Amino acid sequence: MNPLLQVTDLQTHFFTRDGVAKAVDGVSFTLEKGQVLGLVGESGSGKSVTGFSILGLVDPPGRITGGQILFDGTDLVAGGEPALRHLRGKRIAMIFQDPMMTLNPVLRIDTQMVETVRAHEDVSHAEALRRAREALVQVGISPPDERLKSYPHQFSGGMRQRVAIAIALLHKPDLIIADEPTTALDVTIQAQILSELQTLCATSGTALIWITHDLAVVSGLADRLAVMYAGRIIEEGPTAEVIARPRHPYTRGLIDSVPRGKRHGAMLTQIKGMTPSLLKLPKGCKFMPRCPRADRVCEAEPSLVPLTSERSVRCFHPHDDAEEVLQP
Amino acid sequence: MTLSTSNTPVRIDSPGRRIVKQFIEDPVAVVGLVLFVLVALIAVAAPWIAPQNPYDLAQLDIMDSSLAPGESNFMTGQIYWLGTDQQGRDMLSAIMYGLRISLLVASISLGLAITIGTIVGVAAAYFGGRLDSFVMRVVDLQLSFPAILIALILLALLGRGVDKVILALVIVQWAYYARTVRSSAIVERRKDYIDAARCLALSDRRIMFRHLLPNCLPPLIVVATVQIAQAIALEATLSFLGVGVPITEPSLGLLIANGYDYLLSGVYWISLFPGIALVVTIVAINLVGDRLRDVLNPRLQK
Amino acid sequence: MIVYLVRRLGQSILAIIAMAVLVFAGVYFIGNPVDVLINPEATQAEILATTQRLGLDKPLYEQFGIFIWNALHGDLGTSFVYGRPALEIILERLPATMELAVVALILSVGIGIPLGIWAGLRPNSLSGKTIMGGSILGFSLPNFWQGMLLILIFAVLLGWLPAGGRGETRAFLGMQVSFLTWDGLSHLLLPAINLALFKMSLIIRLTRANTREVCLQDYVKFARAKGLAGRRIVLVHVLKNIMIPVVTIIGLELGSMIAFAIVTETVFAWPGMGKLLIDSINLLDRPVIVAYLMLTVLIIVSINLMVDVIYSLLDPRIRLSEMKG
Repeated sequence: MNPLLQVTDLQTHFFTRDGVAKAVDGVSFTLEKGQVLGLVGESGSGKSVTGFSILGLVDPPGRITGGQILFDGTDLVAGGEPALRHLRGKRIAMIFQDPMMTLNPVLRIDTQMVETVRAHEDVSHAEALRRAREALVQVGISPPDERLKSYPHQFSGGMRQRVAIAIALLHKPDLIIADEPTTALDVTIQAQILSELQTLCATSGTALIWITHDLAVVSGLADRLAVMYAGRIIEEGPTAEVIARPRHPYTRGLIDSVPRGKRHGAMLTQIKGMTPSLLKLPKGCKFMPRCPRADRVCEAEPSLVPLTSERSVRCFHPHDDAEEVLQP
Repeated sequence: MTLSTSNTPVRIDSPGRRIVKQFIEDPVAVVGLVLFVLVALIAVAAPWIAPQNPYDLAQLDIMDSSLAPGESNFMTGQIYWLGTDQQGRDMLSAIMYGLRISLLVASISLGLAITIGTIVGVAAAYFGGRLDSFVMRVVDLQLSFPAILIALILLALLGRGVDKVILALVIVQWAYYARTVRSSAIVERRKDYIDAARCLALSDRRIMFRHLLPNCLPPLIVVATVQIAQAIALEATLSFLGVGVPITEPSLGLLIANGYDYLLSGVYWISLFPGIALVVTIVAINLVGDRLRDVLNPRLQK
Repeated sequence: MIVYLVRRLGQSILAIIAMAVLVFAGVYFIGNPVDVLINPEATQAEILATTQRLGLDKPLYEQFGIFIWNALHGDLGTSFVYGRPALEIILERLPATMELAVVALILSVGIGIPLGIWAGLRPNSLSGKTIMGGSILGFSLPNFWQGMLLILIFAVLLGWLPAGGRGETRAFLGMQVSFLTWDGLSHLLLPAINLALFKMSLIIRLTRANTREVCLQDYVKFARAKGLAGRRIVLVHVLKNIMIPVVTIIGLELGSMIAFAIVTETVFAWPGMGKLLIDSINLLDRPVIVAYLMLTVLIIVSINLMVDVIYSLLDPRIRLSEMKG
């Protein structure tokens, strides 16, 4: 059987005045039905652009210049805008980072939900409204009838993100792409939204791509992790294994820089240097200038090499499988 | 998502240099600037480069009345490239002199309005409180009425005259500058260094003009380019309506008005060419202003 | 909302009073009010009678009281030229000006907003750049000269449309209007276009800037991610957001259109109150000038008030916060 989503050698480039920024440069991954993939990286690593590329929502001056995105067997890159529009919101939904900005401030919640239903299904306004109400109940917003008649600014950030999730759930999609959906929220709300979304996806069998810079958030949620750096996936594998035994020096650096409870008082390690500009990437391994393990070999470009059937890494000097990081 | 910034240090140009560099990237704006400089030079040099002095009656020949463009004087053979008006006046010379008066009125009123507006705006922002709310009330009240209405009424009461037109333009325009200067000065006023300057017991005047004012310059320049174009158009309109400059000192607007009566009989050049000179001037300034707005707007800088 | 409306109404009345004081000061301080308000050709007895009627022999504050009292009763003086109440003459001319302003506003909004959205959605396309270039020209052409060009082209050279006047009118809702007759419409077209072009450029520029800004917002991307058709995104999500600033400007521009109509009416000999104002200035018919001014101030202030109300109805954020406050 086909995987739900198969991305192969995706290239998304931004053509700026100062040169071409290869925001996504040869990204490949697969996602099975109902699976949760954590797409992790710092800002500028290309993780959000990857998400937008799947839905064909990359704004100029950026555009997809190569590769294939097979969704349930059809190529979204070759299909173009009309094909994409019928998938967006229907079979692939997206949740954005800042809930304060994603709902239109001058339209009521019911308008924004009903239009989503009726964009894909020829149903009556009343039926669409009933569905909207149901979706609000599903994400725990009450009283739904009163809330439907409200405007976004009458909601808190967490409530707005719930509304956005309800909109994403309206058509029971096969895949939800969530772009840092909890980053802009308070910590307590973060945890609520996180667990609710997890439950909703698990019960409906929806696959999820969770884009984040926060390893701690995604480690309890994702089945698999893909770590991105400078537009490339540099390590991929089952979440537990990647967290427990990171092979790439960058992944290891990321995990070491997360504070953990049991090591109270211990120094946090940090990755030295900064993410490189996409316009001035180093030759060879993009992480080389910041890597403690780099040597002359790294001046060549490493490729993503499978280590086991489940895991792969893009590094000439990966950490040994036995080097386990300290667990909390 | 933002693309990460470069980790190699970038050479930082001085702001003036950056503005010039960005300005000349737009060829249309450069054309506008060149045109404007040309127009200004013609206006300044009019008495020396014009083929005749159009207001020296001794040089006019009634025989040359309403000659079409390109025709020449029967006696001297002098060619009237843009034709003549009903009194036999060379339109090219009249336009050069008219341009001179139009630009003179606009730039004097601009200078006065900027000075008054800036002083009032900075003082309102700096002292705040009652002065500020009073000034802003007056500004809001004035700006809620169209400039042309205010100018027209003033001139209806005052009568015609170059000095009166200038006065009317200043009264109409000072409020734009006061509002612009005040809104940028008030942002600056809240910053810590102003408090620091006060603690150093620097005089109010020094703080206002040495510290607050320089920060108001970019928006002030943008508003000034828009307003000078408006001032030229407004003066021309007032003169056209017959309440502006007197017949002895005709600006472009008055030249156009003089030709208006002959337009329907097909003698188009008396109105058309001064109009083209007027439009070229205003378009040139607006092109420069459009580009300046982009270059000086910090929000558009990436 | 009510509190807000009452507060705005108070501000409007204040503005009218302020303008009344200024007009009063203009008439009574600049020159001798006897010269200003009384026909220079009047006999000595007439001058004396009017002086007493207007209270020009009384102290200043009392005179101001009389001026306001008369104004409130619709008495803004008697025209020297027509020998009838100035306000009456102006009100006769009001429908012509209103018709011109409203038609011009409809033209500039109806054409300006679609062109502005088009240019905002495609800022780098040839059509978008052409629209912007055209708007700079429309912005820069002095209104009176542009009107003369229109006359030169469409009336003198092509002979398609009349060069001036109002043409045949017909009664509509108790007013004489031109747009119901073919002749009236042909007379209306050129002046309306002339008055519309400047505002149209303004609306194009404003709409384009707002469209660009709104298109960059996350909620537009989210609307696309929901799978909405492009048409719905533009017509509902974008349009509703840009309408807030655009309606504000349009409202304020209606007021200035009445003032701008002075120029257009003069060029096209359109018998509205703007033409009357210029004629009165040339004939030194000062009561008519004063009446024009007071009436225009009243109209502009009322429009500004209406715009504020519409604005608060359009933006739910303001509407609700004001309701609570």
